[in-house]
Amino acid sequence: MTNKLLRRWAPGIAVAAAAALGLTACGSGGSGSDSGADADSAASALAKGGSITVWAWEPTLKQVVTDFQAKYPKVHVNLVNAGTGNDQYTALQNAVEAGKGVPDVAQIEYYALSQFALGKSVADLSAYGAKDLAKTYSPGPWNAVNIGGGVYGLPMDSGPMALFYNKKVFDKYHLPVPTTWDQYLDDARKLHQADPKAYITSDTGDAGMTTSLIWQAGGKPYKVDGTKVSVGFDSDAGTAAFAKVWQPLISEHLLSPVVPWSDQWYKGLGDGTIATLATGAWMPANFTSGVKAAAGDWRAAPLPQWQAGQHASAENGGSSLAVMKAGSSKALAYAFLQYANQGAGVQARIKGGAFPATTADLNSQAFLDAPFPYFGGQQANRIFSDSAKNVLPGWSYLPYQVYANSVFNDTVGKAYVSGTPLTEGLKNWQDKSLDYAKQQGFSVG
Amino acid sequence: MSTATRTPGRPRRSVLLTGLTAVVTLYSLLPLGWLLINATKTQPRLLDSFGLWFSGHFALWDNVSETFTYDHHIFVRWLLNTLLYVVLGAGGATFLAVLGGYGLAKFDFAGRRAVFAVVIGAVAVPGAALAVPTFLMFSKIGLTDTPWAVIVPSLISPFGLYLMWVFAAEAIPDELLEAARMDGAGEIRTFFRISLPLLAPGIVTVLLFTTVATWNNYFLPLIMIRNPHWYPLTLGLNSWNQQAATVGGQPVFHLVITGSLLTIVPLIAAFLLLQRYWQSGLAAGSVKE
Repeated sequence: MTNKLLRRWAPGIAVAAAAALGLTACGSGGSGSDSGADADSAASALAKGGSITVWAWEPTLKQVVTDFQAKYPKVHVNLVNAGTGNDQYTALQNAVEAGKGVPDVAQIEYYALSQFALGKSVADLSAYGAKDLAKTYSPGPWNAVNIGGGVYGLPMDSGPMALFYNKKVFDKYHLPVPTTWDQYLDDARKLHQADPKAYITSDTGDAGMTTSLIWQAGGKPYKVDGTKVSVGFDSDAGTAAFAKVWQPLISEHLLSPVVPWSDQWYKGLGDGTIATLATGAWMPANFTSGVKAAAGDWRAAPLPQWQAGQHASAENGGSSLAVMKAGSSKALAYAFLQYANQGAGVQARIKGGAFPATTADLNSQAFLDAPFPYFGGQQANRIFSDSAKNVLPGWSYLPYQVYANSVFNDTVGKAYVSGTPLTEGLKNWQDKSLDYAKQQGFSVG
Repeated sequence: MSTATRTPGRPRRSVLLTGLTAVVTLYSLLPLGWLLINATKTQPRLLDSFGLWFSGHFALWDNVSETFTYDHHIFVRWLLNTLLYVVLGAGGATFLAVLGGYGLAKFDFAGRRAVFAVVIGAVAVPGAALAVPTFLMFSKIGLTDTPWAVIVPSLISPFGLYLMWVFAAEAIPDELLEAARMDGAGEIRTFFRISLPLLAPGIVTVLLFTTVATWNNYFLPLIMIRNPHWYPLTLGLNSWNQQAATVGGQPVFHLVITGSLLTIVPLIAAFLLLQRYWQSGLAAGSVKE
């Protein structure tokens, strides 16, 4: 059903995208319906008061909304959890299509934002002065909200990647903490041989993780220039490096078949049968609340490198808050974004366990020195903060990545369940993604 | 042993069939047993113990009270929503099915055969297939994200109508209606005083069917309702389940399990209490007199 609705909604993309480019080319900064919007309009909207609806599933926002309303008693924020990730995007697209029930603010993950930006569902925030915030946010998330010359959201959190490993398991089998992915593969073999129930990690095919690791390997399989897209997994050096390590992990059955985020997965993280996780820096909050049994066992380490001696990193996950174009009080919505993602809200969210995207917080001494009792007192933020600085520039997702990720399992996923080589799976993913681009009227090159 | 005593008219027991029934019984009770057992565990115990046996201290009551109080008593709200949808949706569907079924069975009018064909056709169309067109229609009227979006589509139950029709045709002798008319009773009065009591077993059957369908309805509210304050239990439990897959979210598998158990308790109670009526209702029309 999701895809059906998506298809109904998506044909407008290309035309709208062309229009978007035309507008930004004028350099006027303001987009038609927002005439009069400027850097001060958010402040005056706050003084005037009003009511906005926010669709988000991020748990720490509850506190932010409470604080925000206490500070601005004239403003009422209606925070609605309209589903997580895809569920919410489907609802959002339905609402935009129906022209009714569109929220003022929506949480949109970085990988999905360009789809909404090109579809003209979210507003360009340049008019409110968002362009001046480049230094406020770390490069990965900032790039993600800058699309085709506009700023389409403010970064809420970020996911610079790190390797989380179960130190107890590594100590027990005298495994070195891997600094390269080759070493990681080596550890995977040794661990599974020593304990056939234990796996280096669980992976049943995850589009987000695959693209993040290719990103870290310096790959740039997606090239997007306005309405021109190209996908090139078959001719991409980063993809080749990734497949060289991941293929043996799959074919030698070194990956746990447990589905991530299931109850079994939490169990595996707790009992040592899933020994590492390469993921975003937002993971500690989930460890603390979901894997209580293994408190003290886990540590964080820099992400293994594709070439020894490098310090490359990538982003995994993370969301922005965007102002919906169809919303009625955009200035007030932007004021909320500023509070939650740039102002006092950031501190409240860090306290709640979220990982910030703001450079000031990523570099603050208190943040870097904070010990993580869950990781045996380790000052893990130092690793995460370094990772945020080392995120490779130049990565972009497709302007229809939500669709592309939805066909990942039909293509690349086959490599995990049958003998299909990973490279062939990636090639199929590429073909399917390009077919879709053609159907939607993108020019493919 | 006992199989040796064969009384005429009573079928011989078949070991094979008894065995098969036992297997099927076990198969259907196993998930229920799993649910019951695991509702007694705390969240950490849930993850590190064997699924089909008890472990740790008996936490059922803690879980139940946490289910009701978690996130500002939202579970109570979901329960009340479900009750609202069931009372108005399933109750209304039953009422309409009784009226329609009675009318079609006992009154002769032009186009009855066409109505019959439409109803039979509608029985064959699964509700899920109509959900998307229904959504688009409702969003045009502006009713999405309101309780009406769940209640109004639930009012239509082609299967219930068909069942009532067949039941009414069998359960109410035409002679009885004629006698009532002869005595001067109006059609409305005849319906409420004479026919309705005769239809009681059929009504209970349809009520049970529509109640179960509305209580368990997932897909329709999923696409219609966005605001968690209007979620029925099915959607609410799913949203709790998804917390585990959310950045910074708190996994509450123990509450999902306890909540699921609490969700099926009223259904089980309804079935046990109304079982008698239900059986006689289902068998209606199966034997020609």
